[in-house]
Amino acid sequence: MTVLDPVTLAVLKGRLEQIADEMDATLARSAFNPIIAEARDLSHGLYHAETGETLVQGTAGLPIFVGATAFAVKAVIEACAKEGGPREGETWIFNDPYDGGTHLNDFRLVRPVFRKGTLFCWIASVGHWLDIGGNVPGGYNPRATDSHQEGVRIPPVRLMRDGVVDGAITAILAANSRVAQSNWGDLNGQINALDLGEKRLAALLDEYGEQTIAAALDALTQRAASLMRAEIAALPDGVYEAEDFLDNDGIVDTPLPIRLRMTIAGETMALDFTGSADGCAGPLNISRATTIACCYVALKHLFPEVPSNGGCLHPITFTVPDGSILGASAPKPVGGYTETILRVIDTVFRCFAQGAPDRATAAPFGTINALSISGWRGAGHRWVMFCFFGGGLGGNPETDGLNHGNNPISTATIPPMEILEAAYPVAFRQWALRPDSGGPGLHRGGCGAIYEIGLREGITAEAFLLGERGRFPPFGTNGGGHAAPNRFSHGRADDRHEPPMTSKAFGIALGPGETVRLETPGGGGWGDPRARTPEAVARDVRCGYVSAEAARRDYAVALLPDGSVDAAATAALRGAGR
Amino acid sequence: MSGAIVGVDVGGTFTDLFALDTKSGTFRVAKVPSQRGDEAAGFLAGLEAVGGVGTLAAVVHGTTVGTNALLERKGARIGLIATRGFRDVLEMRRRDRRRTWGLWGDFVPVVERDLRLEVAERTFADGTIEQGIDEAEIEAAGRALLAAGAEAVAVAFINAYANPANERAAVSVLRRFWPNEDVCCSSEILPEIREFERTSTTALNAYLQPVVGAYLGRLEDALAGSRFGGAFHIVQSNGGVMSTATARRLPVRTALSGPAAGVIAAAAIAEAAGFPDVITGDLGGTSFDVSLIAGGRPSFAAQVAVDFGLVIRTPMVEITTIGAGGGSICRVDAGGLLQVGPESAGSRPGPVCYGGGNDRPTLTDANLVLGRINRERPIGGGLARLDAEAAERAIAAHVGERLGLGPVEAAEAIVRVANARMAGAIRLLSIERGHDPARFALMPFGGGGALHAGALIKDLGLAAALVPRFPGVTSALGCVIADIRHDQVQTVNLTLEGIDAVSLGARLETMAGEARQVVEASGLALTGLDVRFEADMHYAGQTHSVAVPLPLAAADASEAAIRAAFETAYTAAFSRLLPGIPVRLATVRVIAVGRRPAVDLAALAPSEGSTLEAARRGQRRVWFEGSWHEAAVYDRLSLPVGARVEGPAILEQADATIVVDPGLAATVDRFGNLVMRSA
Repeated sequence: MTVLDPVTLAVLKGRLEQIADEMDATLARSAFNPIIAEARDLSHGLYHAETGETLVQGTAGLPIFVGATAFAVKAVIEACAKEGGPREGETWIFNDPYDGGTHLNDFRLVRPVFRKGTLFCWIASVGHWLDIGGNVPGGYNPRATDSHQEGVRIPPVRLMRDGVVDGAITAILAANSRVAQSNWGDLNGQINALDLGEKRLAALLDEYGEQTIAAALDALTQRAASLMRAEIAALPDGVYEAEDFLDNDGIVDTPLPIRLRMTIAGETMALDFTGSADGCAGPLNISRATTIACCYVALKHLFPEVPSNGGCLHPITFTVPDGSILGASAPKPVGGYTETILRVIDTVFRCFAQGAPDRATAAPFGTINALSISGWRGAGHRWVMFCFFGGGLGGNPETDGLNHGNNPISTATIPPMEILEAAYPVAFRQWALRPDSGGPGLHRGGCGAIYEIGLREGITAEAFLLGERGRFPPFGTNGGGHAAPNRFSHGRADDRHEPPMTSKAFGIALGPGETVRLETPGGGGWGDPRARTPEAVARDVRCGYVSAEAARRDYAVALLPDGSVDAAATAALRGAGR
Repeated sequence: MSGAIVGVDVGGTFTDLFALDTKSGTFRVAKVPSQRGDEAAGFLAGLEAVGGVGTLAAVVHGTTVGTNALLERKGARIGLIATRGFRDVLEMRRRDRRRTWGLWGDFVPVVERDLRLEVAERTFADGTIEQGIDEAEIEAAGRALLAAGAEAVAVAFINAYANPANERAAVSVLRRFWPNEDVCCSSEILPEIREFERTSTTALNAYLQPVVGAYLGRLEDALAGSRFGGAFHIVQSNGGVMSTATARRLPVRTALSGPAAGVIAAAAIAEAAGFPDVITGDLGGTSFDVSLIAGGRPSFAAQVAVDFGLVIRTPMVEITTIGAGGGSICRVDAGGLLQVGPESAGSRPGPVCYGGGNDRPTLTDANLVLGRINRERPIGGGLARLDAEAAERAIAAHVGERLGLGPVEAAEAIVRVANARMAGAIRLLSIERGHDPARFALMPFGGGGALHAGALIKDLGLAAALVPRFPGVTSALGCVIADIRHDQVQTVNLTLEGIDAVSLGARLETMAGEARQVVEASGLALTGLDVRFEADMHYAGQTHSVAVPLPLAAADASEAAIRAAFETAYTAAFSRLLPGIPVRLATVRVIAVGRRPAVDLAALAPSEGSTLEAARRGQRRVWFEGSWHEAAVYDRLSLPVGARVEGPAILEQADATIVVDPGLAATVDRFGNLVMRSA
């Protein structure tokens, strides 16, 4: 094996990452559905020829896919082996959530890259398609008890042979979606991205030769592993435990615990999820692959310098009980996987808050709030508006939490409201920060948001929601308080209703004058709120991030009628609390 | 210089000037210290240095006052009036975060939340007005903002791109009593769909209005006090020039004024020298700025984020910045990989060799240790000599020992990694957009660009490097040669199938007329006025679009012609057309360009009579690829036209150092540029 000097390695690392970045950009620009085009629910990378392990990943890709796609490539490698192994010119497609992680909407295209007749590596493209059948437009079916209610499931199959798309497969896909044209556009975008990645990689191989590039890829893996070992070694040895809860599974209204026991010993880490809930009836199950992928996401946020490479998982062992909510297999429903992975990530953060409080943020808002509103416009023209919503990030050792950010699993931007109003017959009535939603703290949690959506005149629709954190709000750390829980309501201004499962709603009829209103959680607070300066609290109140009542209750700060700090009353309040 | 036109580029440290006498074709350059906070004094001192103010025909200014106000958050206290329910659009952004990995950090918008007021009004995407404004409510909001100390006010209503009536009505109410001119609304600034980008651009415009207005006022007063009777203009981020009246109305268009002028100059210099395709590379203290010019035309970006959450959407010269400059700090990370930047020692404390107190090695320290920079004659003139021993110790301690390399080898490794990062930035702009590097020349400017040009052309397979005669005053030269330009945008949201091309043509013609008027009102001599049309188009369902040049006069618009133009642009961007899917026309753009008289750049050439031998200053030891070489040293400005210098050699001038690597040779062309290529 060629050994590379560190300088050449640094050069090649940049070149390889650029290839993946450019694949990301190509799909984003040519995709049809806003979840890919605007929200960047996509990922591209290079994967190991034999193991499928992640070698290089684009920086714009969705963080959760970074971990999950390696499992998807492995699934293709196995399927491919049964059919005589990979061949030049072929591309595989599938969306099976048990083999590749995540959920049915995420379509993976996986292509072998050959050099001089030998398999060199795999490249893959993942994108979230808008609708793939199932009971609920957009796929987030809060009442699914079986994966078949969530949409069409495609095992790994050859989509392209000798560079030609198999029309039989695209015909099957088209027949199983409410928005076949959108999916067709996205599929073409993914093929564009793979074509480009293959071309760029070939040019790089021509320039440096297979041996040098293979050595670079191997060195990058080793380097990621050694960086992660160094990070783990810097943590105090010990056993840290955390638990958090999902509200319910949408079918049975019982809290579902996620339990994590993290053991740090030297430069190794063990993550043990024993004691987490059993597999549930509703769509909040995830597969073992997804569980590992989301731990990877959590660790990447805690150690941002460790590169996106499968090597960073080498020093970590996982215990995920089979049949638990984190180790599901077919046909357990998995459509709400986003909620469960966010809670798993929260438990990792919570363990770190004990072991390394100078590194951990308080909990981010922790729910994707997949809201689908759909109806018919005129005769036979279906519309489906589907969107994920934002919330506050946790207070951190340096600053307040970010107002209205995205979840740790995603870097997706929210579609502009004006794009949604131009595309669908909806009328937003509010798009605002939500007061008192951030957890109190020395560094306050970021504010969540309020989104209120009605319909244009003469339009009726149905709404579906899959969200969480309605009963168990995002926690604070290091003495900080928890954020406000998620809240969903619908109806007229003077006649609001909340669904029995709090953040999960199925087929709510929306008529004239009615709206749906989503109030998302903020982030948890970091540090003792009574240590926040009274002036900072007064500014929070003046700007409406915090109410005067909450200032008094949570921060022990009293304000004068003009909004300035009542120093004497504040001293009395703060003194009394000690 | 009577009747001269002067370009003035005010930077953080120096104010650079380039004065051209258009009649005689002669020029002067000058460099004077900038005076932060009293730019007018430095400005006038510079004008005196090029021959006085009174008789000048025109002054064109590239400014960073807007950029700095944004980066340092020193804009005005302003108010924002928004649709009820939507005052937080500015703060909620597009729900992004600072970095992909790591959840730290917050965001403070330029308008505090209590200065963002909501009023009842609503327009829908189809232009329907659900609710008009209540004048009394607008007035009350405006007066409340004034009482709270707002110096400027922005109005940004939902869907105002589709129908500006409510915004216009609100603005006319505000203008009745607002004490200054600084009232703007989103449909005037950017009538384009996407509420955050439009609101942000509008709010940043208001944020800059008092600052840029006061700055221009001070300069105009100072010029008037010196009996200046000519025209005074400002360079925009799009590389075109605008009047100060337009700059006061649209200060957000000055965000990249100075760097854009540099790119315009680079395009002109390169084209004259026979290189229509160039990549510019400006290496400063903290960053390396790259732009691409193809066929003589700079490439453009539709928007930029000046900082996290500070988004400006307006066409601008595309300048890609990476954190690799002379002051970039070099370290070996926990995984054993050598990193250069993005952390920077800047110009203060600066590299180790400046002796300003920084002890971590920088790229400049590496160049010094390798003998590429003259330790006795630092560029810029601020220091007497550079401390090469300290630089070497720092490199040994922080890089050499960690990698098992000697200090000189470690310095070479630093330069290689820095070159690789610069090459990466260039590759992103060129190769990865389908441009063949062998067709392109690299034009380095700034003080440090030409240190790395030779390595970059080898790494990237570029045709040549073209070092302009005065790398330090490129932006000032750009001010002098830039055309007048005005861009106008409008979201239309039309379906191509069955489009009413006649009414679209009429609409384009109206926009073109308005843009023409702005250009004609500039008061500078023009040799012609061109109007171009572009459309952002996409397949129905896509939200991103491709920019489609509409190769037609407005009157010739037809469905077939527009479709053909779309399919050409789409095929160039992606491999597959999608027949059968309807095509949409989202936004149309009009670009009016007033062409300035051509400048004969041969004026820049060195005077006759100098010789290669006379330019020789001696030689010194310089490290290249693993060993020391004896390199000839020349005074660059004394080299005659046609002179040829073979590497290894070092060419020095007051504000830049040029390295000719072994195996390369540099020739002086008839404009005084150095053309460096394989020997």
